Amino acid sequence: MTTQEEREIYDPVAETPTSYVRERPDAHPPVDYAPYKATALRHPKQPPVYLPQTITEVTGPQLAGERIAGELDSDLTRQHDGTPIGERIVVSGRVFDTEGKPLRSTLVEIWQANAAGRYRHRSDRWPAELDPNFSGAGRCVTDRDGRYSFTTIKPGPYPWGNHHNAWRPAHIHFSLLGRAFVQRLVTQMYFPGDPLFEYDPIFQSVRDPAARERLISRFSIHDTVPNWALAYEFDIYLRGPGQTPFEEEH
Amino acid sequence: MIFATTPSQTIGPFFAIGLPWDRGPLAVPEHTAGAIRINGTVYDGAGEPVPDALIETWQADPDGRFAELHGYGGPSSFEGFRGFARCAADVADGSYEIVTLKPGPVAGPAGTIQAPHIDVSVFARGMLNRCVTRIYFGDEPEANAADPLLVSVPAARRETLISRPEVGGYRFDIRLQGQDETVFFAL
Repeated sequence: MTTQEEREIYDPVAETPTSYVRERPDAHPPVDYAPYKATALRHPKQPPVYLPQTITEVTGPQLAGERIAGELDSDLTRQHDGTPIGERIVVSGRVFDTEGKPLRSTLVEIWQANAAGRYRHRSDRWPAELDPNFSGAGRCVTDRDGRYSFTTIKPGPYPWGNHHNAWRPAHIHFSLLGRAFVQRLVTQMYFPGDPLFEYDPIFQSVRDPAARERLISRFSIHDTVPNWALAYEFDIYLRGPGQTPFEEEH
Repeated sequence: MIFATTPSQTIGPFFAIGLPWDRGPLAVPEHTAGAIRINGTVYDGAGEPVPDALIETWQADPDGRFAELHGYGGPSSFEGFRGFARCAADVADGSYEIVTLKPGPVAGPAGTIQAPHIDVSVFARGMLNRCVTRIYFGDEPEANAADPLLVSVPAARRETLISRPEVGGYRFDIRLQGQDETVFFAL
């Protein structure tokens, strides 16, 4: 094989998926969901066009080297001189694909409100206190078992303007890159037993009750640190390998 | 056993505290020879800019090679080529801009060749899941006409995927809804 031919042929190695499962349309919330009012002008009205998964879609960025500066990136309670106010918690879990295979060395990014429900963001007008010792953003990379772990403060619920007396349940935003462009996921992790679930259109936008459960972390006595922190466990599943990449029905 | 995926949730209005970073918009170091800028604005269904949108892009280099191999091809020979850019829309006017290299053609389904393109994810408050589109290039009419994916898009809407050449790069606006709504894809 000449060098020129090598440049033009992209052969996947055996363990690299050449395609990923195509999800059912209801695997994620509908883009148009009236109870969440901001969707009204921000959803496409045309149906999406089927895109076969090509090399561009089955590859993807790995930002771990660039986005991780050190271990404090994953400890949101030690990013300032003082200790943030609130309930210290460990949030950990594993990242899998839908075949149950752990995704190692993949970047996990989180951001959240402080214990009073306030984000360190100039557009957040909720008049709860900012905490000078809490920025609310963290990053880490999964280990060989797909495991990630953050130490943080339990975020507070907060009101928002969607409808009269609207409150978001406490949540942590999660961003995952996976291995491939098709695996990209941004979601929110909730805490078990939150009384605001039934009133929150963002949580309820996931129409399948079983799927909503997958957004709720589990309290984990096993992961608690005695005399230090409570713990919640949140596993995340990204799309796994699929078959017959270019022959599925449109 | 096959597990179900974790559902998507909106990125919300406050992602700027966690996702953008200084070099995020640079898919390639800024002063790389041949670097181009791609800029545009995300618009909502009322034609208003979306100031709390986040754009992410992923693409091959000019040789058609990817920065992250996963077993595909050889490594990119362009120093510092990341192939990925992340840019939060400007809070004042909803515009975004990335710095990159124009991608080369890459393999397509069943032995075809794809025209140069960039995959794009659009996130915003009010979007419960990302929308995926592609940037093609207005100065590649022949490659575009032969692109197997572009020709599968209804002809009347194809133009929404084609960026317009301008000095130093290209312009690519994204319309989430309404007249000239951008074509979005199901992966």
